[in-house]
Order: sequence, then C-alpha cells, then structure tokens
Amino acid sequence: MSKSVIIQNLSKIYPGVKALDGISCTVNKGEIFGFIGPDGAGKTTLFRILTSLLIPDEGTATVDGDDVVKDYKSIRAKVGYMPGKFSLYQDLSVEENLKFFAGVFKTTIAENYHLIEGIYKQIEPFKHRLAGNLSGGMKQKLALSCALIHKPTVLFLDEPTTGVDAVSRKEFWEMLHQLKSTGLTIIVSTPYMDEAALCDRVALLQNGKILSIASPEEIVAGFPHKLYGIKSEKLYPLNELLKLEKQVHSTYLFGDSIHLVLQQNASIDILMEKIKTKNFDDLEWEIISPDIEDCFMELMHKT
Amino acid sequence: MRTIRFIIEKEFKQIFRNKMMLPIIFVLPIVQLVTLSYTATFEIKNVSLGVIDMDQSNSSRELIHKFSASPFFDIMAQDFDLKKLEFQMKQGDLEQIIYINNGFEEQLASASSVHSKAGEGPQVQIITDAINGSAANLMSYYASAIMMDFNKNILLQTQPMLASGLGISTPYQFWFNAELDYKKYMVPGILVLLVTMIGTFLSGTNIVREKELGTIEQLNVTPIKRHQFIIGKLMPFWIISMFVLVLGMLLAHFVFKIHIVGSVGLVFAVASIYLLAILGLGLFISTITNTQQQAMFIAWFFMVIFIILSGLFTPEESMPDWAQLINVFNPITYFIRFMRQLMLKGSGLMDVWRDVLSIGIYAISILLLATMRYRKTS
Repeated sequence: MSKSVIIQNLSKIYPGVKALDGISCTVNKGEIFGFIGPDGAGKTTLFRILTSLLIPDEGTATVDGDDVVKDYKSIRAKVGYMPGKFSLYQDLSVEENLKFFAGVFKTTIAENYHLIEGIYKQIEPFKHRLAGNLSGGMKQKLALSCALIHKPTVLFLDEPTTGVDAVSRKEFWEMLHQLKSTGLTIIVSTPYMDEAALCDRVALLQNGKILSIASPEEIVAGFPHKLYGIKSEKLYPLNELLKLEKQVHSTYLFGDSIHLVLQQNASIDILMEKIKTKNFDDLEWEIISPDIEDCFMELMHKT
Repeated sequence: MRTIRFIIEKEFKQIFRNKMMLPIIFVLPIVQLVTLSYTATFEIKNVSLGVIDMDQSNSSRELIHKFSASPFFDIMAQDFDLKKLEFQMKQGDLEQIIYINNGFEEQLASASSVHSKAGEGPQVQIITDAINGSAANLMSYYASAIMMDFNKNILLQTQPMLASGLGISTPYQFWFNAELDYKKYMVPGILVLLVTMIGTFLSGTNIVREKELGTIEQLNVTPIKRHQFIIGKLMPFWIISMFVLVLGMLLAHFVFKIHIVGSVGLVFAVASIYLLAILGLGLFISTITNTQQQAMFIAWFFMVIFIILSGLFTPEESMPDWAQLINVFNPITYFIRFMRQLMLKGSGLMDVWRDVLSIGIYAISILLLATMRYRKTS
C-alpha cells in the first residue's frame, strides 16, 4: 500500500516544552488516520509542521512525496487544511469565502463543485449570509468546503469536532467517510476518544510522544486485562475509595459506571465484599468488554 | 496577477463592509484638514497686557495709546502696583506687562537733546509670560516693534534732521507667500500628515488583524506568494490614500484658495511613491506585531516622532544635529518639504530631485523589509 504521509523522528521544541518528541509514523493513501490525544499532546504542532506552517527542529516528514520543509510550495498547493480555530473571513459571505479560496488556489467553484457538492449543498441556501453569522455546524461545513475546493490529495483536520454538538459531530464523520470514498487521505486530530473508533487507524499522542499506532479493532483486541464495570448510586466517593485500594490497578469514572482493572492475582469478590461494608450496599459489578477509551486509559496509565 | 486581484477584491469588500471604517477614512481627514488649518497658526492676537504708568505724563500716555491701538494688544489692567499685576500674570490673566518709570518724559527730553550719551535714555521694562516659548518670542517682538516705532516718532519730533538723514530703511518682501499667510504654509504639511496617518494606520493594522483573527493560518497554507500578498494588501490602501489626497487637494484649492503653483502631475507622481513608503512602513509594523493594539502603539510612536521632527510645526533647521540625523530616516520630512516647494514655490523636478530620490529609496527599502519580514512559516 502506498504511503501518503511519512513522519520520521520528528521533534519540535518550544522554550521549556518538548511539543513533539521524536515521533515516527506513516499514513496510507486513502485512509482516515486519527491523532488522538488530550489538549497539549502536540496535535496542532504536528499538523502545522505537516502543512508547512512550522519548521521542525529535528526529523523529516513528507506529505504525498514532498518534503514539508524543502518542498513547502508544492505542499501548499495540494494539502487541504482546516485549522482548529475557525479561520475564514467572518465579514465575507459564505460564497465570497469559497470564491476567494478557490481564486487563490487558481481554480473556480464551478470547476471543483463536484468535490464539495455533498457538503456545500447543505449551506448553499445561506450563501449570501456572512460567515460570522453562521451556526457552528454550518461554519464547519463552510471551512471543509474551503479546504476541499482546490482538490487536495491530503486533508488535514485539526480538532474539527471540538465544540460541535453531538448531531453535527455525527454528520461530520459521515461526510468524512463519504470523502474517503473518493480516495482522499484524511488526517484528523481529536481529543475525543470515542471518535477514534471512526478512524481506520489511530495514533495515540501524549506529551509529544506516540504511545501506540493501530486500527481501533487491534487496539481493543490488545487490551491486556479483565475489565469490570461497577455501578452504585455514589460513584464519585466509590471511585475515590477504590483508588486507595492496593489490589486496584486502575479505576476510572465512565459515565454511569466505574471501569475497574485489578492487579494480577487480586480477587474481585474479596474486594467488592470489603467495599460493601464501607456503606456501599448497592454495589453491582460485571465483567465488560473494553472499548477504545479503556485502551487509551490503559496506555496512558502505563506512561 | 489573478491571485493579486482576488486579494485586492477581498480587501475592498472587507473595508467597505465595515460601517465604521468609511467615515474614518473619508470624513475624519476633511474635519482634520479644516480644523488644523485654521488653528495651527503662529500668529498671536489680543495679547492681554498689563500697564504700569508711574510717570503719568503725555509721553507715557502716548506710548500706552500706541499699544492699545495695536490689534495685537488688549490692555486688560492698569495699576501702580507691580506686585498686583505680577500676581495676575501668575494667575494667567495677563501675558505681558509694561512698566514705565517715573520720570520717563524727563529722561526722554534730556536724552533727545543733542548732548546726550548713549545708554542714558529712558527705560521701559517689558515682562513676558514665557511658558510658551515661541509665543513669548512673538509677543516681545511685537512689543519692541511698537517701542521702535515710538522711538522713531520721538526722534522725528525732536531731531528731524537726524531721523530722516541717518538710519537704514529696510523694506521687507516675503517671497512665495507674500502675506506670510500661515494657512498657505500649513495646509500642504497637514495634507501630508493626513495621508500619512491614514496610510500607516490602515496598513499597520491590516495583516496583524488577520493574525489576531486567525485567518492568516488559512491564508498561509495557500500557494499565495509573498510579493502577491504584499501587493494585494498594499493596493487597496494605496488607492484609498490617493483618494484622500485628491480630496484634500480639492479642499485646499476651493476652500483655502491654495493653488498648486508647480506641476500637479509631479505632485501626484511623487505622492504615489511616497504612499508606497508609508504603506510599506505600516505593513512592516504589521509583520512585527501580533495584535492590533501593539501595532497601533508602535504606529503612533513612529507617527509622533516623525511628525514633530518633520518640520511641520517647527523649522527643521533649528533642531539639534542628532534630530536632523533621525530625520534622514523620516519620510515625512522629505515629502512635506517637497509638497511645500511644489505647492507654494512651483519648483520643478530639478529643484526637488534629492527629496524625490530619498522618498524612492525609502519606499523600496521598507517594502523589501516588509516582504522579507512577512513569513508564512514560523
């Protein structure tokens, strides 16, 4: 399978912080690749290097065969980039924004309309509205249209779903899968681990390092422990209590339950009986299968 | 070319869509030109004068009458107590005091006699409030002019032979501005000031605005080249500044009756180069700052220094050497000098080529600097 992005030993150091610490990975052509990680993990720094906006301190990276430092000119012509912060002109209308970006990429809306049709059609009724007056979801569709209008071969989306409501998020991911079907390579970053399952492959990024690269299925299959789901009326104090227990390997609050992993050789029954006596009469537990978030929690726990 | 056109189109749309910006660009300069031209004058009229006449003679009254008859002086207080008038000057009610000694007339009579020696004549003391240096100079100049006139009359009366026969008469002629009309002198300078401010502030806050809003991030991943970007950003403001200059010239022509004596074509040719220099300075400020606030402060810093040093209000020649050295890097100096020469004197290119060349070199250097400073990659 041919590679779209090759990252080798990439580092970027800001005064006092190592934003990227020697990361290496490859992205295949035509896949949706996700960089998942908490705020400050280095996602935006990585994206800005890959889109030629930032020069790395060490290492190399190529996008579609072009070096991000040497061949920055050709990179700018063929990547689409949607920054995390809405970066279109709020005082221009929807159509004017799209026209402007088509223009500076030396193309026209008509020429590449087929590329954005599915997305742009939804905001076309509002094409005379100023971009600043659009809702969050519509802004995002416009930004995506502007990033696609010049027919990029690789699309970089930096936290596209941050601050977007659940319905728009779902819609957005559907759009990405449609785009993928045209052969476009899509590289997306997100702090939401549930979105990892929607990618073909993901890299977990933390403190400028990649903890793991695999498909979501592989990551889930690689979960090395037995996972217990625990329910109680008093989840928060229960979680705090569990943290203190020596037999506990890790414990996290997950919505309406606690996900618990025990140390090897520890017994769930003994632990639960012990906890019950501490005024947690309604305790219920069961073995559950891990999802991707559990795997990331486990990976982060290790480091 | 097409790319530049798209940028220019976008800039114009954004400027004209900003409801607050249009009056700022087109109305403020007119208001400034009119108010500044009428008020930035060095003439002093109606000096508040305090008089102490200890002599109470015909001669002293005659002298006081000369002051009261002059349009420059208003006698606001007359007293015998100098302390009282000094207090009034401290309060700011009086700007000048003349003190005539007891025995003024007698001394005058004896001094006018043929046997008098130099330095024995009567003395009149003039006290001037010098809080404002240049105003004080003018006031004491006016007062001594009246005293001279008075002296001459005395001489004529007592020694007509001496007065008419001796003494050099000095008829003055003021060229290029025969009536010493301050408006004629100030308007070309103020015009320069207006286009300079409009140009610097518009261009100075522009790129930095894109930085502040984050739109530069999206722009930087496009294949727009540096020079395309700078030209695309420069052109709209160049056109607007040029328009403001034309507007100002028309006002000068019809309202202040200041007609360009020199070649109008040359004025606009050099103005177009000068605007490049000024817009380049603004863009340069824009590239080295991160917020509009920073850009505004830096632009003001340069503006104030450049304007004060430019010779708009005070003659450049009277500034200390180091200030004149700074002026080598001050584009406003060159252009004000050029504009005054062209508008009032009618100089040709041969007379002003030094200033024109300096403006040209300035424009090229600052634009190169701004283009080099603007980086898409950090």
